[in-house]
Amino acid sequence: MTSLTRRYRFSASHRLHSPEMSDAENAQIYGKCNNPFGHGHDYVLEITVAGSVHPLTGLIISVPALDDFVERHILRLFANRNLNLDVPQFTDMVPTAENIALVIADLIQRHWPDQFGSMPARVRRVHIQETDRNGFEILLGVRGHEAPIPVEMEGVTVHG
Amino acid sequence: MVLVTRKAEFSASHCCRVRSLSDAENYRLFGEDANPNGHGHNYVVEVTVEGDPDPRTGMVVDLKHLKDILEREVIEPMDHRFLNYEVLPFDRVIPSTANIALEIWRRLEPQVATASTRLARVRLFETADLYVDVEREDLAA
Repeated sequence: MTSLTRRYRFSASHRLHSPEMSDAENAQIYGKCNNPFGHGHDYVLEITVAGSVHPLTGLIISVPALDDFVERHILRLFANRNLNLDVPQFTDMVPTAENIALVIADLIQRHWPDQFGSMPARVRRVHIQETDRNGFEILLGVRGHEAPIPVEMEGVTVHG
Repeated sequence: MVLVTRKAEFSASHCCRVRSLSDAENYRLFGEDANPNGHGHNYVVEVTVEGDPDPRTGMVVDLKHLKDILEREVIEPMDHRFLNYEVLPFDRVIPSTANIALEIWRRLEPQVATASTRLARVRLFETADLYVDVEREDLAA
């Protein structure tokens, strides 16, 4: 099988703060990312779609169709937003890049069947680059990687 | 097992259209790649070979040898060409990113294979924001 990877960009602000921890704990765990006024990143999102190459079109997936899907279901929600205030999924969840990746993977899986369900193409990987130095990846369909969206604060990693 | 990757670039033009489809359908499927007069990209190809290092040389593959194969089989025939008109089999196969990557795999695979090494992956970037992988374990399936 073959796969196609497409890269997207969005800029967003966030603040890492858990209501379940004291202000001192939040400051200690999240460091600068705990700044009460928030801060922003130019996120780079990579989506990898695995599937067979269609014998007539030569395509694993139509790139304009994938772009349209990502625009409607992801970029429109995240681009130029304050993630804590503007994206409902983060009302009760800290918008770490880990959680952003999990929310994006969930949105993709939820909406994929409607648009691409009749095709063999499936999303295999979601990768978020928060800065040049920090990358976060979810492999879908791989045992242990299909974690549900976390509703608890447990498991949130120290992150700056 | 060690994976060794060599990178090369070629610039070429292509046009992605299915003759039996309408103009609108072609643009819907391929976007601007459907422009009948073609357009170009600076393709970047990353070739990954797998094997155990030779106990005497410490090398999985002689990178100069790999460079020569890549040059002869891919870069020389495809660089500064209009793929649809000048490079087989793109007279009858659409030169989509996936099909070009598969053709590169077909050209390199027999040349790279030795008793101890084999082609593991071909990654072809059409732009910085779009690439296709062809991987061995997938092909065997």
